[in-house]
Amino acid sequence: MDMLGEETIVYERPATLTDLSSHYCPGCTHGIAHRLAAEVLDEMNFRERTIGVASVGCSVFAYNYFNFDFVQAPHGRAPAMATGVKRVLPDRIVFTYQGDGDLASIGMGEIVAAAARGENITVIFINNANYGMTGGQMAPTTLPGQVTTSSPTGRDIEVAGFPIRVSEMLSSLDGAAYVVRRSLHDPKNIRLAKKAIRAAFEVQARGLGFSMVELLSTCPTNWGMTPVDAIHWLETKMLPYYPVGDYKVGPAVAEIKI
Amino acid sequence: MPPKGRIEVNEKYCKACGLCVEECPQEVIGLAANRINAKGYHPAELINAGCTGCGICAIVCPEAAIAVYREIAKVKEPGA
Ligand SMILES: Cc1ncc(C[n+]2csc(CCOP(=O)(O)OP(=O)(O)O)c2C)c(N)n1
Ligand code: SF4
Ligand code: SF4
Ligand code: SF4
Repeated sequence: MDMLGEETIVYERPATLTDLSSHYCPGCTHGIAHRLAAEVLDEMNFRERTIGVASVGCSVFAYNYFNFDFVQAPHGRAPAMATGVKRVLPDRIVFTYQGDGDLASIGMGEIVAAAARGENITVIFINNANYGMTGGQMAPTTLPGQVTTSSPTGRDIEVAGFPIRVSEMLSSLDGAAYVVRRSLHDPKNIRLAKKAIRAAFEVQARGLGFSMVELLSTCPTNWGMTPVDAIHWLETKMLPYYPVGDYKVGPAVAEIKI
Repeated sequence: MPPKGRIEVNEKYCKACGLCVEECPQEVIGLAANRINAKGYHPAELINAGCTGCGICAIVCPEAAIAVYREIAKVKEPGA
């Protein structure tokens, strides 16, 4: 392509991402979530004071991809570890990055307790409606009728119960300051997701309490779809069950202008 | 005239997922058919003129593989 005349940079890879190529499957929107977190931390100039807490799941190696300190928690225990880090180092920005198997199944107790305590941490919660890393088993977020490796005829709600809407559930807790759901399926929603991540870090920086951004995300590999079909599946199947929205915006949080 | 832009795909990161191809409003991105990167993927590239530098491809790229540039519109000199 021809070089242009004098030009501006519209977009470049955020400096907060390391130069490693990720291990995520092609088209997996975990990568978009990473990118957004990195962009926000760059824009807020928080990189040097941020500590991430990786969980167990496909994002277990998140610490390889961000250019700041990271710890990695046992399955489901990231909110507890983040609590410890934040209480010892209250001037740091501490966030967990957790999948839905990690957060909503084995770690459900931890996340509820952290939100109830109003722990001043931020949680980035990736809802991809299955356990990605272990081969696509049914998760608490798997949709009714959804075929997974452990629900080969589709999730039967008579036997396996109903999916859990984590944002709605946590929003009932007084300690939760900011709890929202966003989706990564198109440019507009990705922009809104970024804004929400920024708001969540802002909530923490102001000491307003627990913040969580749930992100609807694809798992093309275990859903057995191309990346583009997976985006379409998210939009048509997941969005109706998991509407995007602001489930808890505490009074002090509502003052924040972004 | 729409603004002129261009993209640079860092082939080290591209996994040929096709999300940028799908979302580009100008339909000017394709996957290089006869070339592969070190991981064995056909990397994304501009296949036609008409990129406006809108940045949408970069917003949807899960690998942060795309850099986007836009030409600064020249202000015409009076009388020119
Ligand atoms: C204590 C313990 N139990 C079970 C496992 C196995 N395990 C690894 S990843 C995972 C689930 C990950 O799913 P999710 O949190 O949805 O993340 P994703 O991989 O989809 O991003 C499980 C059950 C483990 N590593 N440790
Ligand atoms: S298994 Fe699913 S969640 Fe894990 S990297 Fe692959 S597509 Fe993403
Ligand atoms: S910047 Fe816009 S027009 Fe140019 S390739 Fe990307 S999406 Fe297409
Ligand atoms: S979205 Fe990114 S990774 Fe996917 S094909 Fe385009 S440049 Fe490659």
